[in-house]
Parts: sequence; C-alpha cells; structure tokens
Amino acid sequence: MSAAFLNTLEVMANGLMAGVLYALVALGFVLIYKASGIFNYAQGVMALFAALTLVGIMEGQVPFSHLINAVLGTDVHHFGWHLPALVGIVLTIAIMVLFAWFVQQVIFKHLVGQEPIILFMATIGLAYFMEGFGDMMWGSDIKTLNVGLPQGGSFAIEDITRTWAAEGERYYGMYIDNLDMIATMVAAVLVGALVLFSQYTKQGRAMRAVADDHQAALSVGINLNFIWVLVWSLAGFVALVAGIMWGAKSGVQFSLSLIALKALPVLMLGGFTSIPGAIVGGLIIGVGEKLFEFWIGPLVGGATENWFAYVLALLFLVFRPQGLFGEKIIERV
Amino acid sequence: MNEMSSEEGYFTADGRKIGGVLMEMKNITLRFGGVKAITDISFDIREGEIRAIIGPNGAGKSSMLNVISGFYIPQEGEVWYKGAPRPQMKPYEVAQQGIARTFQNIALFEGMTVLDNVMTGRLNHMKTGLFAQALWKGKAEAEEVANREVAEKVIDFLEIQHIRKTPVARLPYGLKKRVELARALAVQPSLLLLDEPMAGMNVEEKEDMSRFILDVNDEFGTTIALIEHDMGVVMDLSDRVVVMDYGKKIGDGTPDEVRNNQDVIDAYLGVAHD
Ligand SMILES: Nc1ncnc2c1ncn2[C@@H]1O[C@H](COP(=O)(O)OP(=O)(O)OP(=O)(O)O)[C@@H](O)[C@H]1O
Ligand SMILES: [Mg+2]
Repeated sequence: MSAAFLNTLEVMANGLMAGVLYALVALGFVLIYKASGIFNYAQGVMALFAALTLVGIMEGQVPFSHLINAVLGTDVHHFGWHLPALVGIVLTIAIMVLFAWFVQQVIFKHLVGQEPIILFMATIGLAYFMEGFGDMMWGSDIKTLNVGLPQGGSFAIEDITRTWAAEGERYYGMYIDNLDMIATMVAAVLVGALVLFSQYTKQGRAMRAVADDHQAALSVGINLNFIWVLVWSLAGFVALVAGIMWGAKSGVQFSLSLIALKALPVLMLGGFTSIPGAIVGGLIIGVGEKLFEFWIGPLVGGATENWFAYVLALLFLVFRPQGLFGEKIIERV
Repeated sequence: MNEMSSEEGYFTADGRKIGGVLMEMKNITLRFGGVKAITDISFDIREGEIRAIIGPNGAGKSSMLNVISGFYIPQEGEVWYKGAPRPQMKPYEVAQQGIARTFQNIALFEGMTVLDNVMTGRLNHMKTGLFAQALWKGKAEAEEVANREVAEKVIDFLEIQHIRKTPVARLPYGLKKRVELARALAVQPSLLLLDEPMAGMNVEEKEDMSRFILDVNDEFGTTIALIEHDMGVVMDLSDRVVVMDYGKKIGDGTPDEVRNNQDVIDAYLGVAHD
C-alpha cells in the first residue's frame, strides 16, 4: 500500500472514532426526544456536570465548599480521600439518576402537554441552571480527569501498520490515540446495550410504547412519569460516558458542554427520533469532516472542521428533511 | 329473565352467568369549565355482562368511559370497584387493576407491528425485574414465552394471524379497530371498555366485530362495557343499557325496557342534535 493511501486510512479511522462519540452524544438527545418530544438543550451541560461530579467525587472535593466557607467562615476544601474511578462512576451514575428524577418531578411533570417550544425553553433554563449549579458545587477551574485510561498513541498499531506500506515507501505507521480507541469501544458497547435494552426488556418495550403513543401507553398500564425518569437517567448516563471520554482528553471545563453542538448536525442527518440514524449520522459526520479537512482543508486555509458538519447537514436537510431513516412525511390535504 | 336485586346473579336466556356488581358509579358529575359533561349519574356493571352506554353525539358517553378508566377525574361522585370505593387513580394505575380499554379515535402504537402492539398488553404481566432480566436469562425467557402464548392466542381468536408482522400504520381502519381490541384482550382484563368499537365500519366488519364481542364475553366470561351510537347493534349485543343525553341518564334497563322508554324515544327522534 502506498503511504498516501495509508494516511487516508488513518484519517478515516480517526474520523470513525470521533464519529462514535458524536453518535453517543446524539443518542442522548434521541432518547429523550423520542419518549417525550423534548429537545433537550441541556444535554451538553449534562455531560459537563457529570464529568465535574465524577472528578469532584474521585478527588474528594467538598461540594459547595465556596458557599460553605463564605457562610460559615470555615476553610474546607477536601475530604482528603481519593476514590477509585469505578466507585466514582457508580456514585456519579446515582447522582445522574437523582438528577433525572428531580428534572421530571420539578419541571417536566408540570409541563405535560405543553407546546414543544415551551418544553425547549424549559431545557434552556435547565441548561443555564445546571451550568451555574455545577460551578457552585464544584468550582469553575479546569480539572484534569484521570480514570486510568491509557494516553498517547498506540505502539502496537504503529508497528502493525508500518509493515503494510509498500517496499521502499517512507512510512512510520499510523498514529491512533489509545484513548480514542477505548472511547470507541465503550461507546460501541453502550450503543449495543441500549439497543438490546430497548428491544428486549420490559422497560425497553414500555419506552418504545411511550415514544409511539402516550394515551395508548397509559391504557396498557405504563407509568409515563417512570419512563420519563428512565430516559433522563439513560441520557444522563450517556452524558457521563461522553463527559469521561472528552474530559479525559481535554480536561473538564466549560467547553465540554459544547460537544452538544457537535451532535446537532448528526441529528439533522440522522433524524431526531432514530437510534440507527444517530449512529450512522455520527459516523458519516466524523469521517466526513476529517476527510474533508485532510483533502480540501489545505486548499481553503484549514479549519473546515468548524463548519463542515453543519453545511453537510444543511445540504442533507434540503434534500431529505426527514433524515436518513425517517419516513417520508406526506402532508394529508 | 332477570332478578336484578339478587347479589349472587342470574342466568341469561342464552345460559351465560351474570354475577354480582363489579363496578358501580355513584352520583358522578364531571365538568369542563362551564360545560357539564356528566350530571349526577349512577349505574352499575355486573360481572360477566355486556353493558352498553348509548346516547346521541355529545351526550357524555366517552366522558363516562374516561372516568371509569381514570383518564378524567370527576368533580363529584365515587367509583366503586370490586366492592370497595376506588381512591383517585392515574390511568395507568386503573389499567394495572385489570381494566382495559379501546379508544373512539383508535390509539395504537403505529410504528410497531400487530404482534408488538398486542404484546404491550402483556407488559403488566411481566414481573421479572430489570437486573434479573439481564442476569437470569432463563426466567425472563420463560416469562416471555408464556406471555407470547397469550398474545398469539388472542391473535388467533380475532383472526388477525395474517397481519401479525405488519406495522399497524399500514392497516386499514377496520383492522386497526380489531388490533386495538386484541391489545386490550391480551391484558386478560376483568373489565373491558370499548368506545364505539364499530364506528366507521362497513356492515360486514360490524357483523364480525359484534361476533367477536359476543365470543369474548361468552368464552372468557369477560365483563364488557361498550359505547355505541347505533341502537340496533346495541339491542342485539347487550344485557343492559344505560342511555345518556346531554350528560344526564335518561334510561337504564334491558334493551326491551329501554326501547319502550318515552324519554329515550324522544332523545333519539325528537331532538335534532344527533
Ligand atoms: N377533554 C375535554 N375538554 C373539554 N370538553 C370536553 C372534553 N371531553 C369532552 N368534553 C365535552 O363533554 C361533552 C361530552 O363529550 P363526550 O365526548 O363524552 O360525548 P360522547 O357522548 O362520547 O359523544 P360522541 O358520540 O360524539 O362520541 C361534550 O360537550 C364535549 O365537548
Ligand atoms: Mg364519544
């Protein structure tokens, strides 16, 4: 194989891995949107909040320490423990479930049957509330998240791919980030688990039923409120995974909440209600933006990754507004 | 043919057993803002009977069914079920008590197949918890098989085997009505509520549906309360009839009694709001 071809392969592999993560974030949106018609603007902030909470718990940070110290005149910051990642993750999941329950009971339970735009506005409010609350609880400084995942490039892959190059080519092997590979595997397993869950468990069936028709769901004895807490919990869990992957790479800071913006074009491409759509859409955008940057980027001065996904999604919208897997909508007149 | 006063019930002319009171509505009043949809109505439903609610458009029939199934909460009155007053309940809680229903405007899971729709009727019979489902596959599978059997039986019974795997959205109206009935039957309900099961059907479909309703009641002894516009159909099907007009009860009794009731005749012929 020629070095140029191998370089293209490397770009594609990196694109696929980025795409899986986009798909994961998009899935968080799809889960909630399908079951309740709520477009959850706060999905990105949920990832930030989950990552902040995980770091805080693992590092033994005292929550609200700033507030506590200001009010009580104390000077507490740390509990003085360091917890293993697994314990931190389990506790964070518990907190995200609690958060889901809170969101449903305090906000959305009272907004059942409201216009979608009202629900959307409520999630904007929620997003900014959570951002502030996260700051207050854990502080606004940039944190490093170390859950023990390997960093840097994979030597194994470098060694293997070096042998693929044709005789006499100057090729040093592919650079594939270890963390990216793990993130991809975790995300793939998670996506698979979600699909199995929704297809084969009682709660998954109930979830699909609620997504389809609320009245019918009630009539067969499904507790809508429970299902909504469930989907917010799942979305919170997905946010945590995305938060860990992103946070381990670039630190836990406000910009983490912007990963939601990466999911929007994926949703435009894949449709807002389709799980396969979110997955395939994520992969297309991941690979598409990396290849575009690789081939076209140098010609136009680079930085195409900022806008490529949106332009692609926009083009797609014009020709197929229902998304990749959505059914064609024909207005009845 | 009947001795309504006896608690232990009676046998109908065609030999079906009608038992004691299963559900009793006591002085139900339901308002929507200024509109009184139901005014001080009382009646009961006995075990094993087919009870009809009839009346002109806007009489409050669907509202009454919605009160029974918990979708509407009456301002006044009590609902008694199985001999005890029922506390205020959410629709899903009522459903979990074994009260299944269909809707006047059909509420199916349009994106699912017929079989999946019918299987949702079994959701409350699935007891295995979430973790058990993941960890103890055998038990979950046995339960799934048992529930699947019930669903398939219902599908056979209603003669919709040929569309088992068809997404509901593709079905014609008449078949959708039948699938909705199938889903309700899969619940194996103690009380089945049908809101205009024959509306919008052609004559042949109506005959089929009538036969199914009679067969369900006969074979499984299911208590059925149904709403119907058409007097003729109701007279053939039901053991007892409640007649409503403008939110009030204007008649209650056997089809013969109701047919000869002057108020009922007036409501159906005199007033031009049907
Ligand atoms: N959710 C609601 N909100 C406001 N008014 C309602 C509601 N449901 C029913 N009503 C009113 O209550 C009255 C009775 O309606 P209902 O649907 O119970 O009548 P119905 O006997 O089922 O009529 P039809 O034969 O047309 O189905 C009507 O005036 C209707 O407009
Ligand atoms: Mg009605």
